[in-house]
Amino acid sequence: MKTSSERAGTLVVHGLLIVFAVLAIAPILLIVVNSFKTTPAIFEHPFALPTADTFSAAGYERVFQRGHFVANYRNSLVVTVGSTVATLVLATLAAFALTEYKVRFAPLVGGFFVAGIMLPIRLGTVPILKTMISWGLMDTLTALVLVYTAMSLPLAVALLMTYFRSVPHDLKEAARIDGAGELRTLSIVLPIVRPGLAAVASVTMLPIWNDLWFPLILAPSQENQTVTLGVQQFVGQFLNDYPALLGALTLGAVPLVVLFVVFSRQFIQGLSQGIGK
Amino acid sequence: MRPVRIPVTTERKRSVRRAKYGYFLAFTVPALAVYVLFAALPLLNSMYYSLFDTDGEVARFVGLDNYHYLFTNPTTSERFWNALVNNLEFFAIHLLVEVPVGLLLAALLTSGRLRRSTGLYRTLLFIPTTLSVVIVGFIWRLIINPLWGLVDYPLLGNENTALPTISLMSVWQYVGIPMIFLYAALLAVPHDVLEAARVEGAGGWTTFWRIKFPLIAPQFGLIAILTYIWTFNGFDLVFALNGSAPGPNYSTDILGTLFYRTFFGSSGQLADLDLGATVASVIFLIILVITGAYFGLLHRRLRSYEL
Repeated sequence: MKTSSERAGTLVVHGLLIVFAVLAIAPILLIVVNSFKTTPAIFEHPFALPTADTFSAAGYERVFQRGHFVANYRNSLVVTVGSTVATLVLATLAAFALTEYKVRFAPLVGGFFVAGIMLPIRLGTVPILKTMISWGLMDTLTALVLVYTAMSLPLAVALLMTYFRSVPHDLKEAARIDGAGELRTLSIVLPIVRPGLAAVASVTMLPIWNDLWFPLILAPSQENQTVTLGVQQFVGQFLNDYPALLGALTLGAVPLVVLFVVFSRQFIQGLSQGIGK
Repeated sequence: MRPVRIPVTTERKRSVRRAKYGYFLAFTVPALAVYVLFAALPLLNSMYYSLFDTDGEVARFVGLDNYHYLFTNPTTSERFWNALVNNLEFFAIHLLVEVPVGLLLAALLTSGRLRRSTGLYRTLLFIPTTLSVVIVGFIWRLIINPLWGLVDYPLLGNENTALPTISLMSVWQYVGIPMIFLYAALLAVPHDVLEAARVEGAGGWTTFWRIKFPLIAPQFGLIAILTYIWTFNGFDLVFALNGSAPGPNYSTDILGTLFYRTFFGSSGQLADLDLGATVASVIFLIILVITGAYFGLLHRRLRSYEL
């Protein structure tokens, strides 16, 4: 049984959360809805849904004609997947070793990784730029994968270490007594840390996909542009073509929102544990 | 018949111990190499390069001349102090709006008055954070554009309102971060403590400020210092909206855009890698000193409440 003051309190909590949720979502919906309208309809009735008269996908047509969205998506996918896979593999090996082998300098190396979570990597851009030039990696997706992997490793290692610590010791010993090598032992415990791998993958992907800084500096040419940079440049060129602008923004935003909604549990788990350590 | 297990001999144990170092190195070196080469070392090298003057292929050691130039040349020093003050304002708005609103949302989500709707609210409130800063910038620029007529004042065109406007766009996007972080901290508050408070007759407000908040003070402090680090690394939103010489009249210039402009160049300014490394080192020191002071002085005190 609930008292009326408790019920009022619940109502206030819901009311406040609804207001904030609308504040968070309405601007995005406004852009998506208007991207399917004709220019006059966008200006005259911005809050109306498209009707048979005002519906138009002409903005999207122009985006695909003049933009390079297919190539941009491909580049973003290559960079994001490449960096995420590299981060997962390297961080798994490192986190396993850091929790498994009690060597004297293990805490030091672990601390070195954890400190990197807070490191402002961008401030090292000038030396990174010089390295990429001298290695002939300027304006390649490889350069981005290397930098993003380095950027993602600290959080990934720290997160995976907490998962590897929870693996029962007996399981690893049993594997070893059965003659499994170290890599085989790692692969046997891997299913236990799978939630950790999912959390790492989801927190790694997002900042990479959304980054503007490194694509702008390390891979700016048209064939290597990522979606984020592509949208930035497209919008700069078509400032007065509202339908095309809204279409480009929708194309840039929607895939990530969908991905996040699908993986929100893993993502939030990774994020809240990651910064807490 | 089951195979008989061979007992582990002391000989084998010793060789395992020796092999431990080998495995440790083999497993950590790949990650360490990438992390050192492309993250840790470049930060140090930035400081190293800031001591040189490069002319074509020749790099000449000049000591602190670059720093001297940065702070004494009228143009560069004026731009630097302007960007620093703007960055402080950018940070202050995040600290005073984003962190408290994040705390409020986390408190609402863990108030115990929601059931299955928690997950839905959490996801909806976090969606803006998943967007690219570029997209967020343009979404808001379109919405507040006087052309569209929803707002009839050119907020981004006025020197006094441009920076607060951009800061609030960024707050809108990132409020999900302190929310999720403090939400996780609040979930970890032990149930029996809250139950005891309830039995004592403490209301929601009292319970939050007297019990929950002191317990999550370390996480609150941490999110404040992370906000400091992130805002002093800010760049994307300002650049996406206003380019590398962010107007009007540099009123939205922050340290990130100043750094970019210095080493990459922009219209009316030549690229200067040495001076860029100098600016990066100064920003790094600004971040390092405050972060170090926080962890050295404040963080331990906040932790004293921890159970």
